[in-house]
Formats: sequence, structure tokens, C-alpha cells
Amino acid sequence: MPKTYYEILRKRGFTRDEFLKGCTTLAVMLGLDYSVAPKIAEALETKPRLPVIYLNLQECTCCFESFIRSAHPLMEDLLFNMISLDYQEQLSAAAGHAVEAVRLDTIRNYPGQYLVMVEGSIPIADNGIYTTIGGQSAQQILEETARDALAVIAYGSCATNACVQGAYPNPTEARRVRDIISDVPVIDVPGCPPIAEVITGTIVHYLTFGTLPELTNLGRPKAFYNHRIHDNCSRRAYFDAGMFVEHFDDEGHKNGWCLYKVGCKGPTTYNACAITQWNNGVSWPVKSGHPCMGCSEDNWYNDNTPFYERYARFPGAVVPRNPDKIGLAITGATIAGVAIHGTATALIKGREKNQDDLDNHDNS
Amino acid sequence: MVERIVVDPLTRIEGHLRIEVDVEDGEIINAFSSGTAFRGLEQIMVGKDPRDAWSYMQRVCGVCTHIHAIASITAVEDALGITVPKNAVLIRDIMTATQFVHDHVVHFYHLHALDWVDVVSALQADPIATSQLAQSISNWPKSSVGYFRDVQNKLRNFIESGQLGIFSNGYWGHPAYQLPPEANLMAVAHYLEALNWQKDIARIHAIFGGKNPHPNYLVGGMACAINMDNDNTINMERLNLVKTEIDKAIAFVEQVYIPDLLAIGSYYRDWTYGGGVRNHIVYGGLGNHGGNDSKDHIFPSGVILDGNLNEVHDIDVRNIDEIQEFVDHAWFEYDKGAIGLHPWDGQTKVRYNGPYPPYDNLNVEEKYSWIKTPRWQGRPMEVGPLSRILVAYARGRTDIRDLVDDSLARLNIGTNALFSALGRTLARGLEAQYMVHNLRDFYNQLLMNITSGDSRVFNNERWEPKSWPKDAIGVGFTEAPRGALGHWVKINNQTLSLYQAVVPSTWNASPIDAQGQRGPYEQSLIGVPMANQDQPLELLRIIHSFDPCLACAAHIVDIKSKKASSINILC
Repeated sequence: MPKTYYEILRKRGFTRDEFLKGCTTLAVMLGLDYSVAPKIAEALETKPRLPVIYLNLQECTCCFESFIRSAHPLMEDLLFNMISLDYQEQLSAAAGHAVEAVRLDTIRNYPGQYLVMVEGSIPIADNGIYTTIGGQSAQQILEETARDALAVIAYGSCATNACVQGAYPNPTEARRVRDIISDVPVIDVPGCPPIAEVITGTIVHYLTFGTLPELTNLGRPKAFYNHRIHDNCSRRAYFDAGMFVEHFDDEGHKNGWCLYKVGCKGPTTYNACAITQWNNGVSWPVKSGHPCMGCSEDNWYNDNTPFYERYARFPGAVVPRNPDKIGLAITGATIAGVAIHGTATALIKGREKNQDDLDNHDNS
Repeated sequence: MVERIVVDPLTRIEGHLRIEVDVEDGEIINAFSSGTAFRGLEQIMVGKDPRDAWSYMQRVCGVCTHIHAIASITAVEDALGITVPKNAVLIRDIMTATQFVHDHVVHFYHLHALDWVDVVSALQADPIATSQLAQSISNWPKSSVGYFRDVQNKLRNFIESGQLGIFSNGYWGHPAYQLPPEANLMAVAHYLEALNWQKDIARIHAIFGGKNPHPNYLVGGMACAINMDNDNTINMERLNLVKTEIDKAIAFVEQVYIPDLLAIGSYYRDWTYGGGVRNHIVYGGLGNHGGNDSKDHIFPSGVILDGNLNEVHDIDVRNIDEIQEFVDHAWFEYDKGAIGLHPWDGQTKVRYNGPYPPYDNLNVEEKYSWIKTPRWQGRPMEVGPLSRILVAYARGRTDIRDLVDDSLARLNIGTNALFSALGRTLARGLEAQYMVHNLRDFYNQLLMNITSGDSRVFNNERWEPKSWPKDAIGVGFTEAPRGALGHWVKINNQTLSLYQAVVPSTWNASPIDAQGQRGPYEQSLIGVPMANQDQPLELLRIIHSFDPCLACAAHIVDIKSKKASSINILC
């Protein structure tokens, strides 16, 4: 029988006290209350490492690259102590029939107990000829692998919204995971790619609590996708003050002002970039000086382009009424800006909720 | 008796590659390379804003996440006649060098090492002897007896847990593994260290591009404004972070990667398989250090034929008679029949006549891949680190020559041994060493330029589409970690009217051509012995030495109307 995390640590010479202390550290790392530590201890004492099958379908592998950038937990810790990554095309030592046998063994040996991560969309046109692996189509592999899974994480924008290859006219008829899988819980973790600690945080949440994290009405973990980039932006004060970058490398840009007028999609993008930040918290697009492109949102290549044009749908009708004029009238706009912006936020959120109901993407 | 062996999925690469080989008397006598994934994007690119193109093109590959964006913005800048400020050029070069170092280290340890390193054998190692081995080849501090004992215990616990994860069903104990247990244990320790380290160097991309993978760029420069007196811009804290990561990278490459490479290489120097087509092409790259002539670039351009290092041919990516793509064995067809087309005249029109999934075998007598067949003056060409090292060596570049000659002497092999899987792997390591020092040079140049009072990162003169000519044509060419990369564009009425890319794995993974010339992957497998046909370790070792990158096999096409193509990409 596979050993539990606790048994592995005991064998390695750790005492039970040290183990419990480690659980407390993990709780702190996860931003949890100290009282949760015993629960983590119980989970790690009694469970073998969670078997994970990671499928690469129609994709560019940016999600995997992000995955291995995780700083907390470190990938080494995740792979050796927390999960059993039984199938992953970039890391698996075996190839061909040998690696396919591992995937089928995990499905057979851990029914209802293994997690499936899916990077990539599923092209269904022409009987699936546009992505085959081991002679099977992406759809055949996904259906076969997901059927007995405890849950499927649609990891990255290809899996959650078909991303760049799904944009009009979508010639390979690329589909999101939710379009194919309906009888197993699906968690959407969007972004191109998602932040490393967002995906590993989602996995460790399950390892810790034994339950899937709470999701937004779009089916995304609330811990990471409940707020707009705009809500926590380090340039937000300049938006409220009406201080905008007019073109790149101008005085406003050199002083860190708001990028809304050069195309920032932060006001309509729900993601953790502004809080968690990228690459172990070192930066994120808007901090580095480039507008947010809205890569975690559905249809982002259709709706958000041209990328460098001011976003017409937001907040044009509400705030600022005329950004060109407000951009010039720097002083004195702060109070009005804040007040108007509060209204805009409420309106936008209301509108998006209605939109969500129409799209009905979170019905699983 | 001839037996057909299929390896699909060919793991530890980027993307979906299938290799079918015919084996007779334990030796490969025929080989077929097939890209089995395709992403259609034509209607997206045509009619789009050229300033957005980098974002689409970058996403053909998340491993080559930076370099496609660079090829794209330089193609558009070439077409529109945009000059980029010096700071932006240097920042792009810092990001390129960063990607080379990151990519080569990850390839060596995580994609390639398990072809040479037997993980399970490491359990038999003596930690004392392992420590002595490590200390005899490097002054890397993590090399004590206790350290290696801890790693061994970690590995033992992992294996004894019965859940082998990424090591499941590996070819452990295969006779082609030749390292002693101590070298295996050292390599496993460094596999884990490299996994922890690689995330750090990627932070350089995040400083200038906001995130990695898929940082952000700008036609006309970069979006990372420089102001030493502001907290939302590139300031001294940001630059110091870059400097720290560069120092760490130099230490890791010189004290871990290179010593490991030479140590492992010394056990395999008699394994000389995998040479391939022996023709090599380099477009040239990082051109702003050494003048406009691509022969003087950081990576000098040129062509070597038939392994002859005494002659280097010049190449011109704009000459429509030099680089051409054929489709005789790819799932496409041309209106003008079976001819070759230069990218500026390129066409991609699907003609799928392969099997429908699930299938057991491809029909290799017919078309059998989503990858086209590029040829230079009709010849199959290899691209990548070995090509760059060979061309620079043949051009007499002393910096490269010294690196190569030194390592050949240490391995006690000659230049002809470079034409092999091991030679490719050695060249990649030497290139990482070369680039990590270039990385530091680029950083120092950036600092000097900022110190001189120049803080410009963007040229606004031709940002507005109304400043553009009605028709424009351009090419962006450079060197990606995996080899020569070119993007060719046409702009009409302020939008893209054509976009073609010919990328490294198109060259290396290409199927056979009408003359019967195999592509580099295919040719490199001919004559290779296989000890156990159920465990294709030798095959994986050779294919991995090219560092395949297939996921961006995205020949852009309008399938419904079968219209002329505007784009085709394979990274």
C-alpha cells in the first residue's frame, strides 16, 4: 500500500511533534488559522499521495511551464510529498505504450480517487484529427480519463475558454473542458497561463481539506478569481484621480500612472495578478508597465482586441465620461472619481452576473 | 524480420510527436516523424492589428514563450521601418539570453537527463563516493556526504512508497544506461536542484514583461518605463533583482550544469549515434552587438553542408529561392502543385488523408504529418545549438572555438564526434555557458546606457496606424533556443494580410521530401541499435537531443473554404 505523508516523514526520522509543527507551518503558508493545523495533520497522516493525471491536449504548454514555477509549495515538495504525478507528458520518464499503461493503471486502481488536470482545448472537428495522442483523439482521451476521476481541473485558458485557437472562426472547433465533461466536477482555473501558486494552491486546498474549494458563479476558485484586477491595482489611485498614460513612455508612464487609456483590461478581468503577483510575487503585467490583456476571461481574443485600444465596453458609459478630458484635468477629480467609480463597479458586477446566468457555464 | 515500432506519445518534449520506426535484427532501418497536433488560426491573424500580432504568435508556444514574440515584433518593425531605442534592444536581449539559459538547463535535467541517468540505480550509490565525485568536478557547495545521503533517503522513501509518479514505468536497468550509481545519484540531486532553481531565473522576464510564461512586449520598444525615482517603474530595486538572478544563473551553469554535462558525457563518449543529415543552418541572432551583418551577430549566420567545417555558405532569409517549404508528405496541398514556396508566397491548404482516431499506424507511404518540409536550396537542414556552435566554429569565432576545443579535449574526442546525439547535448551546454556571460554583458550595457542619461524604451513615431504605408512587407528572424526562427509578414491597409512562420522544429521534425531525403529526426535514427524493442531508450535519447518542440504545430488555415493560407507555425 502506498505510504502516507506522515509515514514517509516518520521513516525519514521526523518526530510526531516535528510533523505537527510542519502542519502548522503549512497552515500559515496557506493563510489559514492555526486551528486548522490538526485537520491538515489528519489529512496527511491517513492519505496516500493524491494520484494526478495531467493531460496535454491542444495547447502550447505554457500552463505546465507556469506549474513548475511554483515557489510555495516548491514543485519538488509537491511531486515528492503531496501528489503522485503519474502521467505528465513533459516529466514522465516513460514514453509510448509504457506511459499510456501508467495512465490506465491509475484510472483502474484509484476509481473516484484521482485528480485530472487538463491543459489545452479539445478540437472536435473532422472526427478529432487535429490532436491525436497515441492514436486517440483528444476527446477520446479526455472522456476515458475523466470518467472515474474525483474531479477535473480545467487548467488554463485553453481548457476553460479555448483561448487563441478557439477564437473566431475556430477552424478546428476547439472546445473547453466543460463542453465535453459534464458528469464529473469541473473546476476552472483560467489564465494564459494561470499564476503558478494559484494552480498549486487549488490542488493543496483539496489535499488539506479533502473538499473542492468554493467556486465563483463562473466555476473558478473564489480564493483567486473573486476580484477584478482593477480592484487591487497598484495604479488604481491614478485611475480614480484621472491621471492616465496617454502613450507609452510618456511622462505619465514614467510616473506609473493608470494604463486604462492605452488598453488596460483590468476593469473587466477577474484574476489574482494584482494580489498574488507572478513568479513568486515579483511583479505582474500592470506593475511592469504593460496593460492587462484580460487573459483569464472568456473570448478574450475576440472581445479584448485590438489590445491597445481603450476598452469601449468599460467604463465608457459611466466612468470616466470622457477620459480624454479627465486625463488633462488631473487635479480635483479624485473625490468625484472615487464616487463615480463605486457606482460603476456595482453596475458592472450586476451586468456580469446576468451575463453569467445567460452563459450558464457553472452548471456542473 | 522487420518490425514496426511506434512511440506515441513521445514524452519529455513540448507538444505531440509520434515516431514510427522499422527495426530489423535489432537495428533501426527506417524512421518516420509525425506531428499529430494542429491549431488553426488564419482568420484571427489576417485582418488583425499588427501591433497585437506578438500576443497571438507568442502563444503558439509556451516553452519558447519569449522568442516568438521577439520574431513577431521585429517582423512588424521591419515592415513599418520602426527603429527601437537602445534600452529596449538591450532589455529584449537580456530576456532572450535569460530564455536560452532557462531553456537549456530545463532541457538537460528535466527533458533529457533520464535518457542517460538511471534514477533507480542511484539507490545503490555510496554517499561518500558521491560526495568525492561531486567535489572532484565542481566547487558547488551542496556536495557533502550528508547532503547526498539525504537525497538518497528521499528517493528511497519515494520509491518504496509504491507511488513512482513521474518515474513510473521508466526504463530503469536498461543496458544502455552506463553511469555508475554515484553519478546517477549526483544527477538526481541536481535534477531536483535545477527544478527549484529554474523558477528563479524566470523572474527576470517578470521584471521587464510582467510575468513568465508569456511576458508582454511592445512594437516599437518595451512597455517597462525606466525611472529611477519612481516605485511603479524600472528602478534600482528592480535592476538589482535582475543582477542577483544573473549571478545565481552563472553559478548554476558553471558549477552544476557544465560539470554534470562533462562528467556524464565522459561515460558516453563512445555512444556516437544520432548524427543525422549533417547539414546545418543558422539565420543569425542578437544582431545589435557587432553590426548589421548577420555573420557578425552573437550567433553568426551561415550554412554548413555534409559536415564540412572548412566551408560556410551565406544565407538570405529574403531570397525566395533559398528557404522553401514542401508538402509532399504533409497533410496539405498547393494550388500550383508539388513545388516549394518561400514564406512570403506561402500557402497552407489542408488535405488530410490519414487515418481517423483511434488508429494503430499512419500510412507513411502517403502524407503522415501536420508538419511541412522546409528545405534550403532543396536540402534538409538541422537547426539548433549544434548548428550554431558549428557555424560559429567554422567561421573562426575564437570565443566559441575556445569553448568547444576545451570541452572536446576534456572528453578526449574530436570535432567529428560533435555530429551525434551527445554532440548536440554538449553544444547546448556550451551555448548556455556562452549565453549566461552574454546575459551579464547585456545587463552591464543596459546599466551603462541608463547611467549615461538615456531612459527611453519606446519609439512613438509610427505607433499610430495612420503613419504607416498602405502596403508593407517584413521579416523578423532570430535564433530560438531550439534553432533558426523566422516570421514573415505582409501588412495592407493597416492590418495583417499575410503571416508565415518557419520555426525550428519544422526544420528538424520535417517528414521525407519528394526526393526521398529524410528530415533530421528521421535520418538521425537510421542504423541505431535497440537493445529492447519494448523500451525505446536509444530512440528517445536521440530524438530528445534535438529538444523537440511540437505543440505549436499550428499550420494556420481556413479549413471550411480551403482558402490560401496566411500562416503556418511549428515551434
